[in-house]
Amino acid sequence: MNNNIVSRRHFINAVFVGIALIMTGIALVWLFLILGSLVINGVSALNADMFLKSTPPPGSTGGLLNAIVGSLMMTGVGMLIATPIGLLAGAYLSEYGRGSKLSDMIRFVNDILLSAPSIMIGLFVYTVAVAPFRHFSGWAGSIALAIIAIPILVRTTENIMRLVPDTLREAAYALGAPKWMVTIKIVQKSVYEGLLTGVLLALARVSGETAPLLFTALNNQFLSFNMSDSLSSLPVVIFQFAMSPYADWRTLAWGGAFLITVSVLFLNIASRLLIPQKGQA
Amino acid sequence: MQSPSARFVAQDQGFRLLVSGAATLVLVVLACIIASLIYGSIPAFEAMGLNFLTTESWNPVTEKFGALAPVYGTVVTSIIAMLIGVPLSLGVAFFLTELCPAFLKRPIATAIELLAAIPSIIYGIWGLFEFAPFMQHYVEPFLRSTIGQVPVIGILFSGAPIGIGMLTAGIILGIMILPFISSIMRDVFETVPKGLKESAYAIGMTRYEVVRFVVLPYCSIGAVGAVMLGLGRALGETMAVTFVIGNAHRINPSLFAPATTISATLANEFTEAVGDVYTSSLLGLGLILMIISFATLIVARILMASGRSK
Repeated sequence: MNNNIVSRRHFINAVFVGIALIMTGIALVWLFLILGSLVINGVSALNADMFLKSTPPPGSTGGLLNAIVGSLMMTGVGMLIATPIGLLAGAYLSEYGRGSKLSDMIRFVNDILLSAPSIMIGLFVYTVAVAPFRHFSGWAGSIALAIIAIPILVRTTENIMRLVPDTLREAAYALGAPKWMVTIKIVQKSVYEGLLTGVLLALARVSGETAPLLFTALNNQFLSFNMSDSLSSLPVVIFQFAMSPYADWRTLAWGGAFLITVSVLFLNIASRLLIPQKGQA
Repeated sequence: MQSPSARFVAQDQGFRLLVSGAATLVLVVLACIIASLIYGSIPAFEAMGLNFLTTESWNPVTEKFGALAPVYGTVVTSIIAMLIGVPLSLGVAFFLTELCPAFLKRPIATAIELLAAIPSIIYGIWGLFEFAPFMQHYVEPFLRSTIGQVPVIGILFSGAPIGIGMLTAGIILGIMILPFISSIMRDVFETVPKGLKESAYAIGMTRYEVVRFVVLPYCSIGAVGAVMLGLGRALGETMAVTFVIGNAHRINPSLFAPATTISATLANEFTEAVGDVYTSSLLGLGLILMIISFATLIVARILMASGRSK
């Protein structure tokens, strides 16, 4: 009788453990299915033309040069806008606004922005940076990407700066250092690698973003270095080409998808390697 | 000559302005997003009134627009995503906190987090070319011939299996939100005091019983917060859904049917919209999305914060 209950409890436990194992298995298999099909379809699409020629009209050969250049320009400019803002705002939350109502509010709003739908950011930038000028531009795309990167930077910067022990700050103050110097030259410098991790994570996130670019930078089928004109980008080209009925466009889309995934995963893994003990901190 | 300390004071004031300016910018951005979407959708509400919220028709020719079909698609795909994503995330979080041998913990946790790192457009292209055909040839015919035959709920699994539709979109969304929910769920699970769990094990509880009767009750608020955060993601996810939903402005009871969501409609139509009412209707959809997703995210953050402060 008693034995019966025990064995039933152990049976339920075994079922539960089995289900958890299966769930984890499904998640892992899913990751490898996606990566596997990217490698299979993407590697066969890679060739020199992809990096040397611009996107072709249907039926002729071409590459992704204009999209690669556009993506690099917009993510570069976007990160140049976002990084100082993110590092300074993070410094405010960690050094200046401790315990204040304003910083609680900023932290809360930042967390909301962090998970806000990126297409909404695109709509917003369209209304303030595209509609008034009546044309799409690389600048608008960069601003949209910057707005997506800022919350990530603020979050990581604050978290990392808080790990610095207060004794270090007090030691610097005792030597007569002013607060700005303590913030930049002591606190931020001592967690330099952590800050870099945040920047890399933000970069990884924005380099795959598509939705905010659709109606800000639009697309450009020619190679262009002009940020005031519409600008091509890898994600937007992938979207357009994958949804098209042309086989060679679809092949290019797979090639582009492979390039993006490799760079995003590379950035992610690189940022993890920078601080190996993060999990314990 | 100015003394160094006077110079430091001036620099300090400048720097303080700089950092508080940067931090306030976060608030300004949010305020501007809200303001621009409200302002942009005014013409749509002037033209259609509250019918905008309650009608299904979406007709650029007659300039009659209703948000009902995209809202319906958004809600249904998110529900499917939660049905798939929540059990998966619970399983993964339980595995990683209670079952996983220490040496496997880091590699598996990293692999799960990489699922979150993959850009949504990659889920989209993969969903369109690999997963949708699989759904069309195997999963949907199977569901139609089994659950589809059951009265009442069978209607959800009726109709032609074409692979492009709400079910496919919802499943992909479920996988996409898994890493977000499970990583927060793990953090929440870790807040349970070790002594509490160890005493439960010491009186002979099985792992299942420890999770069911100790861990989950202890951190139920935080766990619900994690789920809400996942929901917030699912509601606004754009590219992955746009690829596999079919962009049809129709409300169809069958989950196999092509539909559209708010974000997919925006991605497909915004650049092609002509006329003020059309553009404004799309901005109105954006406003609805903002209200739904911000409300969800705010609730999620509040729950998570109160779960943590325990």
